[in-house]
Amino acid sequence: MSIFNGFASLLQGDYLHAFLGGMALTLELFVISAVLAFLLACVLMAIRLVPGRATDVLVSAYVEYHRNVPSLVQLFVWYFGVPQLLPASTQNLINDNGGEVIFAIIALTLNAAAYVSEDLRSGFRSLPSGQTEASRALGLGYVQTLRKVLIPQAIWASAPSLVNQTLGLFKTTALAMAIGTAELMYITRQIEGETYMTFQTFAVASLFYLLGSWAIMLCGSLLQQRNQSRMAR
Amino acid sequence: MLDILHDYGPLLLIGQYPQGPLGGLALTIILALVSLIASFPIAICIGLARTSSIAPLRNAALAYTYVVRAIPLLLLIFWTYFVIPLVTGYNISGTVTMVVALVVYEGAYLGEVVRAGINAVPKGQVEAARAMGMSYSQCMRKVVLPQALFNMLPSILNQFIMITKNTSLAYLIGTQEVTFAAYQINNQLLTQPFQVYALLAGFYFVLCFSLSRLANWLERSIERKRAGVASHRTNSEAEQPVLLGQAK
Amino acid sequence: MIEFKDVNKWYGDYRALHDINEHVSAGEVVVVCGPSGSGKSTLIRTVNRLEEIQAGNIRISGEEVHGSRKHLNTLRSRVGFVFQQFNLFPHMSVLDNVMIGPMTVLGRSKADAANKGRELLAKVGLAHKADAMPLQLSGGQQQRVAIARALAMEPPVMLFDEPTSALDPEMVGEVLQVMKDLAAEGMTMICVTHEMGFAREVADRIWFMDAGQVLERAVPEVFFTTPQHPRAAKFIADIRGH
Repeated sequence: MSIFNGFASLLQGDYLHAFLGGMALTLELFVISAVLAFLLACVLMAIRLVPGRATDVLVSAYVEYHRNVPSLVQLFVWYFGVPQLLPASTQNLINDNGGEVIFAIIALTLNAAAYVSEDLRSGFRSLPSGQTEASRALGLGYVQTLRKVLIPQAIWASAPSLVNQTLGLFKTTALAMAIGTAELMYITRQIEGETYMTFQTFAVASLFYLLGSWAIMLCGSLLQQRNQSRMAR
Repeated sequence: MLDILHDYGPLLLIGQYPQGPLGGLALTIILALVSLIASFPIAICIGLARTSSIAPLRNAALAYTYVVRAIPLLLLIFWTYFVIPLVTGYNISGTVTMVVALVVYEGAYLGEVVRAGINAVPKGQVEAARAMGMSYSQCMRKVVLPQALFNMLPSILNQFIMITKNTSLAYLIGTQEVTFAAYQINNQLLTQPFQVYALLAGFYFVLCFSLSRLANWLERSIERKRAGVASHRTNSEAEQPVLLGQAK
Repeated sequence: MIEFKDVNKWYGDYRALHDINEHVSAGEVVVVCGPSGSGKSTLIRTVNRLEEIQAGNIRISGEEVHGSRKHLNTLRSRVGFVFQQFNLFPHMSVLDNVMIGPMTVLGRSKADAANKGRELLAKVGLAHKADAMPLQLSGGQQQRVAIARALAMEPPVMLFDEPTSALDPEMVGEVLQVMKDLAAEGMTMICVTHEMGFAREVADRIWFMDAGQVLERAVPEVFFTTPQHPRAAKFIADIRGH
């Protein structure tokens, strides 16, 4: 059987439908987790800024857990482990409403938030202290200083790392297949199992990830160029 | 959790050995070490290719890096696991598959580390070496690579931590490293998934956290060594390459 | 010994070297001076092809420098080059720095290279620092090691690209002394430098460069007292004015 015949049959009818469904779910997981992770990272940053060692230790513990435990294992802890701790009614509620997707999003979000918060932290630390001093000298308050001067610059400074995390998150969505989430990897394996067209099915999935990743990398470098011309360093 | 540790400790640590092949955490560590060591020569070749003046070589290495970095490691593992038997006619075990996939994967990422390391060696030294009449290969072997690799030790260690975490994916192709062992235990116990997987997380945490502390210490000692000698680079960010999209 | 014929170099539209036609005889010490951006460093770096040229040719003992690259390494091993930034190899000891050229490029044995190395370090006054690491040395000491390293290759000609410009003033003298000794021994040298005292004392000829051209070439006595070219005169006046 010619390879190209195979491609043709994959890219029509039910199979095409299934592939598109998988891609859609991948994108859904990616976008939702990315947005939530960024928000959570900002919250983590805010918690860190509260004076006192306790908050620092808390956030550090959170970050270290998520950076030193594999993403796959984090998914398992959420999907297999956490439901055990919840009352039966909640378990049923979750299972009826697409538990795999919910837990996948939770795990991916918490994981990404840890890395993003560290990147934001580095971004903040890279700002010259003169910025805060200048801003306060002009009369801006603490919150205003943060909002208008520090945070925008910190975000621009951490932009390259944030692009990396985005890329990483996009690819990590594939791990959700291990808990039964019907994203692209899962669908690919299913179709491959049915049709035995291993090469072709994996090729389709690879193409999707290649294009998606390169799109993210491209956005990243465009952002970098705009950043550099903006700052005109 | 202590009971689980007590009853299933050996399974988690060394798999079914000696009644079966070595598994568990021992296999995890072995997989990671073998992959790191095996990917080193490839990474150096890729790093050299990417900094070489021969355009086809440079572009080939660039293409390789950009393709491998754009797909999930899981997909790469599946490619290796399913397609190699199709192409070569040999069935390969999960362990071998993991090593091959990780070597291909790390060739790209470690290659980036090597590239950054080579670029970080001041150009003046390359000029001095070439001005003496050293060939490209002599210059690389005696002057650039020794310094580049030493400076990149923290990054290399970080890559090792990534590889260790990535070995967990071996579970998905039935290789009996520690994640698979936890899965087996859970299937037996059935009523304590949280404890089992929390324990699994704990194992990885202890292993990877220790390694990352080591990497931090290494980075600080290298910085101290260099700061003591009027280096014009003070920001370690300049040395640590920002590695696009690492799987975690 | 070294011949420049119709040498031209462009960086894009900018003409960095303009019809250079010069000649350095064996045993001669030529000092190249001129204002910043005059192309002096560029010129000296074309001699061992650290910079390319787009027109003309440069010959060392009759051998074409900018022809095929096949024998470039051999040719370079016959030309000693001392950099403004010293460029010692920080991961090797001082002695290893001096030994590496003879061992790797000339194929000398470790013992021979070590003996020669210690001899040269003694000659530049740094025998006691043989086992130190480069970055433990002062700038002046590092530059002297760099000179020893270049001499270890036993080259018939030595090129110096602003060897003292990166040094604190109190260390300039020790490096210049080494260079003066070398000149007295009859080494063929081309030095790009701002040290006019050195030029006056040691140079056989001075080339004054500006805007990529050699505008004047003269013996020191003539150059410093009656410069022909107006820009050379201005340069000398500016220097005196300090």
